Amino acid sequence: MGALSKSPWIIHYDGSSCNGCDIEVLAVLMPRFDLERFGVVNTGNPKHADILLLTGSINHQNAPIVKSIYDQMPEPKVVMAVGICATSGGIFRECYNVLGGADKVVPVDIYVPGCAVRPEALIDAAVQAVGLLDKKRAAALAAEKEKE
Amino acid sequence: MSKRTIIPFGPQHPVLPEPIHLDLVIEDEKVIEAIPSIGFIHRGLEKLVEKKDFIDYVFVAERICGICSFIHGMTYCIAMEELLKLEVPSRAQYLRVIWSELSRIHSHLLWLGLTADAFGFENLFMQSWQIREQILDIIEETTGGRVIFGSCKVGGVRRDISAEKLQEILKKLRSYRNQWTEIGGIFLNDTTVKHRLQGVGKLSMEQAKTLGAVGPMLRGSGVAMDIRMTGYSGYNKLGFTPVVETAGDCYSRCKVRIRELDQSLQLIETCVTQMTEGPLEAKVVGFPNGEFFARSEQPRGEAIYYAKANGTKFLQRLRVRTPTFANLPPLLTALAGCQLADVPVIVLTIDPCISCAER
Ligand code: SF4
Repeated sequence: MGALSKSPWIIHYDGSSCNGCDIEVLAVLMPRFDLERFGVVNTGNPKHADILLLTGSINHQNAPIVKSIYDQMPEPKVVMAVGICATSGGIFRECYNVLGGADKVVPVDIYVPGCAVRPEALIDAAVQAVGLLDKKRAAALAAEKEKE
Repeated sequence: MSKRTIIPFGPQHPVLPEPIHLDLVIEDEKVIEAIPSIGFIHRGLEKLVEKKDFIDYVFVAERICGICSFIHGMTYCIAMEELLKLEVPSRAQYLRVIWSELSRIHSHLLWLGLTADAFGFENLFMQSWQIREQILDIIEETTGGRVIFGSCKVGGVRRDISAEKLQEILKKLRSYRNQWTEIGGIFLNDTTVKHRLQGVGKLSMEQAKTLGAVGPMLRGSGVAMDIRMTGYSGYNKLGFTPVVETAGDCYSRCKVRIRELDQSLQLIETCVTQMTEGPLEAKVVGFPNGEFFARSEQPRGEAIYYAKANGTKFLQRLRVRTPTFANLPPLLTALAGCQLADVPVIVLTIDPCISCAER
């Protein structure tokens, strides 16, 4: 993480989870774990966000909304699947109404397992996301230069 | 008459940790009607009883909602124990009450924080969650999990808490009480905060009764009704009386929750003094048979589990009625006629938990 890398803003969306992971996501933004020290800010507007944080195994009604949030986010963007139900469906895998994981709907970059996810794992993933974001941005800039 | 406009609220909205969609019909700044649409979190957990046996299902029941997780698991266990005709040992019952009340304390603190956030008091939000983290530490020390405890099982509990640990917990909780009394004072006495809560989202006693409100929503409108009064899991031995406020607005519901924090601590204290050594679980023999309604009081209100079994490993039917679902009609009534800016506060005042409402 370079000193000049951008402060990534996250948007959090609950794609049919049990709520446990969402509460942990909020807890990580609180003073105890303080994700904000990496410059991470929670935003409600997809057009301001760099990182999409998805929890839950995504049901049929939720899928188009997840897709729409993803599409509204500007490039480059990183998607984090938080909790075991977002990574594979977890305990809800056999339910008739779930798709079984965030990667069924949008491309996922970072998987964060745990049920519920540990705050430490989330912080680790956020740091990775910052690095990934920098890489994606550098690649996009290089591609643009080449065009010129 | 001015023009009517429809403002969509959700499913993705900063004040909502979980998706629900409301179409707000407004005239100028006034909300005339709120039309909800739900289904974003429906996973079909009730049907899962056909694939997971009755012992395994405790883990699913706990994941119906990540905040009242323990009480969900416990209510399911109570239903199973009744169908299996199991007698739960007294120590296990006391431990269940202790964990339930710890859940209630952390859930109410969480609610206080979210409410502060909804009326834009960021600092108070952080303060409440700071206290909540300490409660979560106690929970983690005693069960191993922060949000999903996994300590309840059919027939009893999985873990014990030693006598020294219990004393230590009490000592810690008493010092946290000073902290929550301090922030509670801000909620109840600060002029600006009062301005945002008093007289907002009115629900009369009559309306609360006819619309079937539950939990703090009901008790905030002057009805003394709490399922803990029925004495499940040994609450009858603890001398429990419900907390009641009469104003029926957001302020009085907030007051109910703040007073319940102290009450929960008191219940834990009583448990610790009454507890005796003993076994932690009764052995499960056979399969459940028959049908039963189990009821419990969650931080958000009454939860009902209906289970029907036919003497095999898998239940035939499980039905869960959760507090948020019962509180949706009162919410829509409270919303009608409010200012658009008050919508987040009023929505939060029922302490919505969409994942349990839709399962
Ligand atoms: S991973 Fe577990 S705790 Fe997290 S949302 Fe899924 S079921 Fe809930």
